[in-house]
Amino acid sequence: MKENYDVAVLGGGPAGLAAALAADAAGASVLLIEREGRLGGILKQCIHDGFGLVRFGKKLAGPEYAQHFIDALAQSKVETALLTFATHAEQTPDGVKLTLVSRAGMHTITVKKLVLATGCRERTARQVAIHGTRPAGIFTAGAAQYYTNILGELPTKRCVILGSGDIGLIMARRLTLEGAEVLGVYEAKPTPSGLARNISQCLKDFDIPISTSHTVTRVFGKERLEAVEIAEVDAAMQPKPGTAKRIDCDALILSVGLIPENELAETLGVALDKRTKGPVCDQNGQTMTEGIYACGNALHVNDLVDYVTESGEIAGRAAAAASAQRSLCPLATQGEFLYAVPQQIDLATLKTQTVLFFRVSREMQNAMVTLSVNGKTILEKRYRHLRPPEMERLAVDLSSAGLAQNSALLLTVKEADKTE
Amino acid sequence: MTELTCIVCPMGCTLQVAQGADGITVTGNSCPRGAQFGKAELTDPHRSLTTTVHTTLTTLPLLPVRTDGEIPKALVPKAIAALAKVLVEHPVKAGDVILPDLLGSGIDVIATATATE
Repeated sequence: MKENYDVAVLGGGPAGLAAALAADAAGASVLLIEREGRLGGILKQCIHDGFGLVRFGKKLAGPEYAQHFIDALAQSKVETALLTFATHAEQTPDGVKLTLVSRAGMHTITVKKLVLATGCRERTARQVAIHGTRPAGIFTAGAAQYYTNILGELPTKRCVILGSGDIGLIMARRLTLEGAEVLGVYEAKPTPSGLARNISQCLKDFDIPISTSHTVTRVFGKERLEAVEIAEVDAAMQPKPGTAKRIDCDALILSVGLIPENELAETLGVALDKRTKGPVCDQNGQTMTEGIYACGNALHVNDLVDYVTESGEIAGRAAAAASAQRSLCPLATQGEFLYAVPQQIDLATLKTQTVLFFRVSREMQNAMVTLSVNGKTILEKRYRHLRPPEMERLAVDLSSAGLAQNSALLLTVKEADKTE
Repeated sequence: MTELTCIVCPMGCTLQVAQGADGITVTGNSCPRGAQFGKAELTDPHRSLTTTVHTTLTTLPLLPVRTDGEIPKALVPKAIAALAKVLVEHPVKAGDVILPDLLGSGIDVIATATATE
């Protein structure tokens, strides 16, 4: 390892791999830092297929998708530091000083640009307020997936799944195939949060029941989980009295959402967006802190890895370029959006294609999404169906839209009248 | 008429599949693959299968694998049992065939990760 690099990429998952390769291709000296012993990030344990349809036009398994980029990395000039943690980062006049810890000890490097590709974390039982004892047997879906697919140890014989996120649904199928009994999937919201195809191929195919507007209210067991209490919830997600029932099981698996991981970003004072829970950034993935970039799930939780790769490439390429004074125009949203990314548009580096992502806050039919500049529509797109769990991508040419720093750049969504 | 969720891609179209006098008709699909899927679900459903097999490799004790194509849905439990018996004792590259012609289906099982030692 050298003492200086143009670009350091933190995290060797799909976003970090893409960012490192893109920065290398753009001529930068690159160090890719990964805390685990193998590259690939979460894809290592996502052995199911369905990855890469957008990028490769094929249904690949997670490790296979990652392998494409790991193989490309071996042909590049990118230096990789495995089993290496970044424990501290601070801005200096030369860029960013990173403190790294590995088996060789502790050392510091200085990089001109830092790309955060730290992915996201699962919400845990502590974050969904489940009452009762603290027995073993309560896992996040990702932890259950790690036991099953990486360690080869089945973490349950008889389990209940709380939450209907895609990882939970995929684990329902996986555990069933490996011989465990999945008693049911319970979702507090009135609609499932995972993709419809996963409800079909992971639950229906195996006769696993799903109950919406239901949640786990209590857990039982001293050393190991013995049972959970399930109750129906009302519109305010409060348990309805008299609906509680006890289900005997040895594990509770949680698939209750993901949150971008930005511990290091916070120590650098990077501004975060309350809606995405990731950094506020421009279309190049540059955060509001000069020289610090973010991509992939660290920026906002994606549902397709193909878009994570794209985001990594954008950030990596931009990080390799020389710094330039930015001229920012905010992208505002109006209407029922959960969020839109990027939150800022840098006019100084606008190219003919700018990629926007958004999620709506409720299910809509025949919705019209409009992007306007100072009230003038520059893009309209009709969607037959919009759902909060499904992220939408818009590619738009903003370079000819006459944008200025004080322009009102606005994304709106409107559902067609039901009477139409 | 049967209502199905198409599993070909993440769009997850809701398909209406009906058996008529002149064959099966599929509506609600956004692409030809959806129509194909709808018909197959009523006559001969197929699934791709992903799982892991054991190895003697130190870097990858569990090798992820998948069927290189779809196998009859009814064959899935037997396929899982057959793959549980496989032990890989040499380095593999993603794409290498681990078990050819799975249970006579004509479909190979391939590695989805690379492990060198």
